Parts: sequence; C-alpha cells; structure tokens
Amino acid sequence: MANSIGFGARYLAIGAYFGFVLVKSEVLSWYRIQEMFRFHSFHMYGVIGTAVLVAALSIWLVRRYQLRSLDGEPIAIRAFEAGWRRYVFGGVTFGLGWALTGACPGPIAALIGAGLTGFTVVLAAAVLGTWAYGQVRTRLPH
Amino acid sequence: MSTILDVLRGPWPWYVAGPLIGLTVPVLLGLGKRFGLSSNLRHMCAVVPAARRNAFFAYDWRREGGWNLLVFLGIAIGGFVGGVLLANPEPLAVAEPTTRALAAQGLAVDGALAPAALFSWSSLFTLRGFVVMVLGGFLIGFGTRWAAGCTSGHAISGLAELQWPSLLAVVGFFIGGLVATHLVLPLVLGL
Repeated sequence: MANSIGFGARYLAIGAYFGFVLVKSEVLSWYRIQEMFRFHSFHMYGVIGTAVLVAALSIWLVRRYQLRSLDGEPIAIRAFEAGWRRYVFGGVTFGLGWALTGACPGPIAALIGAGLTGFTVVLAAAVLGTWAYGQVRTRLPH
Repeated sequence: MSTILDVLRGPWPWYVAGPLIGLTVPVLLGLGKRFGLSSNLRHMCAVVPAARRNAFFAYDWRREGGWNLLVFLGIAIGGFVGGVLLANPEPLAVAEPTTRALAAQGLAVDGALAPAALFSWSSLFTLRGFVVMVLGGFLIGFGTRWAAGCTSGHAISGLAELQWPSLLAVVGFFIGGLVATHLVLPLVLGL
C-alpha cells in the first residue's frame, strides 16, 4: 500500500462523510429497518432507491466515456461470478441478520461511533460469522 | 428559521440523504476502488495470525483491504461527529403502526437510534438481547461473505452496475428480512 498520510486520510474522510450521512438519514436505525420490513414508511426505499440512481448514473458515465481514475488507470467494473445459489442462500442468511440487528456492516461502524457501543458485540459476532463461513465454505452450495 | 446548525443536526429527508449516499460510489471509483463494506469483516479475520491458517484468510490484508479498513474506521468517526458532537436533540420518531406493532410484542419505542432494551451492554445478558446481538451479528457476517456482498456491495454498487447476481442477493436480503421481522422477531421478543 502506498504509505503516505494523504493516502490514508482521503479514505478516512470518505468514510467519515458516509458515516455522517448514515446518522443524519437515520438509515442506521433499528426502527427504520423495522418500518421498512413492515412497509410502514417510504423512507428507506427512498434513500436506497435514489442512492442506486445516482450510483447507476455515475457508472453509466464511466462506461460511456471509459473514464479513468485519478491515477490514470482505466476503471474496470468487475462482474460477479455466475450462478445463483450463493446469492440467494447467502442473501437470505444476511437478510435475517440485517432485520434482527437493524444494521449492516457500514451502519454497525457508525452506530459504535455514535456511542451505541453495544454494537461492538454485533461487529465481533459478524467477524466470527465471516470466519465460520471461511471454515465451511467448500461444503456450501455456491 | 433554520440555521446551519439545525440542518447539520438533521434528520435529513430521503431525497437528500439517498443521493449523498450514492455519491460515495463515484468518489471511490475516482480513486480506483469499488464501494463495498463487508469485505472488511474478512480483512479483520486476515489480520489474526491464527485465522490465516485457512487459505481463505491468508492474503496481504494491508494491500487488498487497507484502504477499505480506513473507510470503515472513518465511518465510525463520521458516526461520532453526527451522532455525538452534532446529535439530533429530538427523540427518533417512529411510524405509528410500527410503534403499535412493537408495543404489542413487548418492545417500547425509546427514541434512541436502536432500542436499549436489545442493544445495551446489560441487555447482552438477557436471552433476547443475546440472540439479537450475537446471532444477528453472526448471520450478517456469515451471509454477506456467502453472498459475496452486503447492502453496499450488492444493493448499491451491484444494482447500479446492473449485475444480475446483485439483484438475486437483494431479493434474498429482503426475503430474509421479512422472515426475521414477521416470524423470528416476535418469538425472540417473547424470550
């Protein structure tokens, strides 16, 4: 890794920006996730929908004009491997955890920073879950 | 009249917050990186020497994931600035039908970002708190690596790239979330 202070600082800054928006939009809230899965509020659908729209527009521009990154490299959009099992089974497993904890990896970090330190337990359990996947992955359908 | 401080305290409506979240994707693309946060859970395993006995975790985590771990750390800093320094002084408002449904299952809305009855340190020693925090966290970590992405990598980056696997994963996320909310959570809250 290119070890300059500027290198690290810009990723920290992007994360801080993202974490700040997660708090202000309240999408890191367990209650907002409950409203979403009970179809009681449009908020989460609006946030995710418009986020995807803006991201899709940027990716369309990258592809259309073959844009390069700041260091001059072509931006490659890598394709996920083919198949369906890992996405459906893994997706359902993740969804169960998403609704129970009301958080996914980004919001977990933001919640810890926001002072809900109990989410360090959720983070530790999530790391353990990823480790466990690594132990049994060759026996799972992909 | 709303001041800058009022705006910074939030909350922000979806049509402001959504595009701001989406902008993370082109900003990272400009640095040659793809937005996706669950890889950090794998990198955290790869940091631990004992875990590296498994080939799945035996890679150069600084080179592969150093940048993303910094993003992850930055998110916690942003959470601190937004949730502590510039915290919204108002209690979090929850939709009336959700409040009623949760009350019927024995959980009172408490105005925090997440209910203290489930996510405080003392609730870790209750059965329902333990199940929600530990089992819920485990399922996140296991499922996201199995599915090769989470909300950021599939629901935002992957859908924006028009990738079929990401649509499958997001449908899976939603099925799992509906099952957890309507079938599992009522049981867990009764523990």
